[in-house]
Amino acid sequence: MAELFSTRTLGRWLPWLLIVLAALLLPVLLPPFRLNLLGRFLALGIAALGIDLIWGFTGLLSLGQGIFFALGGYALGMHLQLQALQPGQLPEFFSLYGVKALPAFWQPFHSALFTLFAIWLIPALVAGVLGYLVFRNRIKGVYFSILTQAALLVFFNFFNGQQKLINGTNGLKTDTARILGQLAGSDGMQRNLFWLTLVLVIGAFLLCRWLTGGRFGDALIAIRDDEPRLRFTGYNPTAYKTVVFAVAGALAGISGALYTVQSGIVSPQYMAVPFSIEMVIWVAVGGRGTLIGAVLGAVLINYAKSLVSEALPETWLFIQGGLFLLVVTALPDGLVGWWRSGGPGRIRAMVGWPAPAATYPELDLDPAVQAEKTEWQGGGR
Amino acid sequence: MTTAPTTSPGTGATVPPLLELRGVSVSFDGFLALNDLNLRLAPGELRAVIGPNGAGKTTFLDVITGKVRPTSGEVLFRGRSLVGTAEHRIARLGIGRKFQTPRVYENLSPRRNLELAVSRRCSPFDLLFGRLDATARDRVQHLLGVVGLELLAQQPAGGLSHGQKQWLEIAMLVAQDPQLLLVDEPVAGLTDEETERTADLLRQLAGEHTVLVIEHDMEFIRDLQSPVTVLHEGRVLCEGSMDQVQSDPQVIEVYLGRESEGEFK
Repeated sequence: MAELFSTRTLGRWLPWLLIVLAALLLPVLLPPFRLNLLGRFLALGIAALGIDLIWGFTGLLSLGQGIFFALGGYALGMHLQLQALQPGQLPEFFSLYGVKALPAFWQPFHSALFTLFAIWLIPALVAGVLGYLVFRNRIKGVYFSILTQAALLVFFNFFNGQQKLINGTNGLKTDTARILGQLAGSDGMQRNLFWLTLVLVIGAFLLCRWLTGGRFGDALIAIRDDEPRLRFTGYNPTAYKTVVFAVAGALAGISGALYTVQSGIVSPQYMAVPFSIEMVIWVAVGGRGTLIGAVLGAVLINYAKSLVSEALPETWLFIQGGLFLLVVTALPDGLVGWWRSGGPGRIRAMVGWPAPAATYPELDLDPAVQAEKTEWQGGGR
Repeated sequence: MTTAPTTSPGTGATVPPLLELRGVSVSFDGFLALNDLNLRLAPGELRAVIGPNGAGKTTFLDVITGKVRPTSGEVLFRGRSLVGTAEHRIARLGIGRKFQTPRVYENLSPRRNLELAVSRRCSPFDLLFGRLDATARDRVQHLLGVVGLELLAQQPAGGLSHGQKQWLEIAMLVAQDPQLLLVDEPVAGLTDEETERTADLLRQLAGEHTVLVIEHDMEFIRDLQSPVTVLHEGRVLCEGSMDQVQSDPQVIEVYLGRESEGEFK
């Protein structure tokens, strides 16, 4: 019982506790620059949660989450461009291309309320429609991945080329806009945004846990493991996949908006192919199907990236590639999966310091017995 | 739609068929997997379908469950055509299918496997906001007991033995409560004792449900004591009791003439 308390409960709650604790202390401890980075990375964690939902649970590997991420970012970026203007004025960049009137689709973004909905609703709708068309035709596996990447490229090229509509490759800057009277780029506002991101990351985590915890989550896992079987049981997998893809799109949109306002710009680079692949790597490293692993993966990898890039700019890509290889070959369930399956204990045993045995050491340390025990105790859903 | 009365070979009674296949053909790039197949199943009947490898047994189930669309012909269930209906809708109409290899959701526990199968309402919304009612939960508990998985109900089904998976899948089929059960090779890889218990279970299910069993194991078919349909090259070769079928010269030729391992004894 005591052992049950230490490893399992700790394993389940420690990452969670660390995040909360760090979030409370870090605004005091960290300089504004570092805090801003952490806020951005936490924002990325929301997109990672969405990927865990569709990939880790439902088995849909999307390489196009950047679409929804950028759509959320652009929705907020457009609003922030507009809200600082006098009536009749246009955002500055329009004059470079000789645009005299605000394009019609910009108009609703004058409204803050509309923008608050647009940030997640537009990505969700785009994901829902795209998903429905793809899933209805039973496109899955690697074909689905290729299709999402192709869609990503279409969006990337479109946004890149449309100077007259959304400033093309230059993107939209947000730092000089004011949010509730405060400059968006100011330290005070950035701290508030950090808090907001934290609250939303926790909210997104709880949403995903609710989605995956009950029979809906069971159906997602059933789709991942044996979709035709579920179909012959009377379920329509298309509906489930569409819903969950739309939710992941909404999460990516929120993530993109928070990331945009904390980095001061949204540009088509958010729809670059490597970035969407990186999102998948965060989830793989953190642990597929664990939710918390997605957030951890996003934060840890991005922090590592910024630290390594400051010290040894050329090496990061090698490290990232190596990490991915390590996870694929040695840690298929990622860091969190490794932790939950008793990884730390195995390391301890490896260096000759076995965990204290509650009963018969030979029984407690027998891998076969241990495997059965974990299955009985908590492996089952 | 007028459904012609049929004579069920087991009882001799005249009842409208539950399932009827009329001249069903399936062509895969010119190869006729099913060739003008005609078959009728009376409500409550237990029917065994046998045939040598490649006779079209699995395609026959694929056509009924909507996985494969017939090239020509009609599939009628309670007088309603199933051709062109999506798999999940056919399942909701009351046709359940057990696959050749046991297919359970290995990362879910037997209880959760059954809870998915027992659910009457299957939309995402229902699964998110609806709860299983007490009757359904009792049914799951009961079925866990019937297949002897009560103690293993919480651990992932991937850890079950082959026989336990077969039984869990049959339990899932029963939980679905279909009018027509299509059972593809339920005793493949089971021990003799498990085979007997499976035959008992299927006989119990017949009557209340209509059961169609596809199987290679002749002892098992004999245990079922049901009428037998022999498929050969995509069409019905003959129908009758096990003894009649076994003494049919055509059947002997098909089995003994083509295959030397003496599968048909």
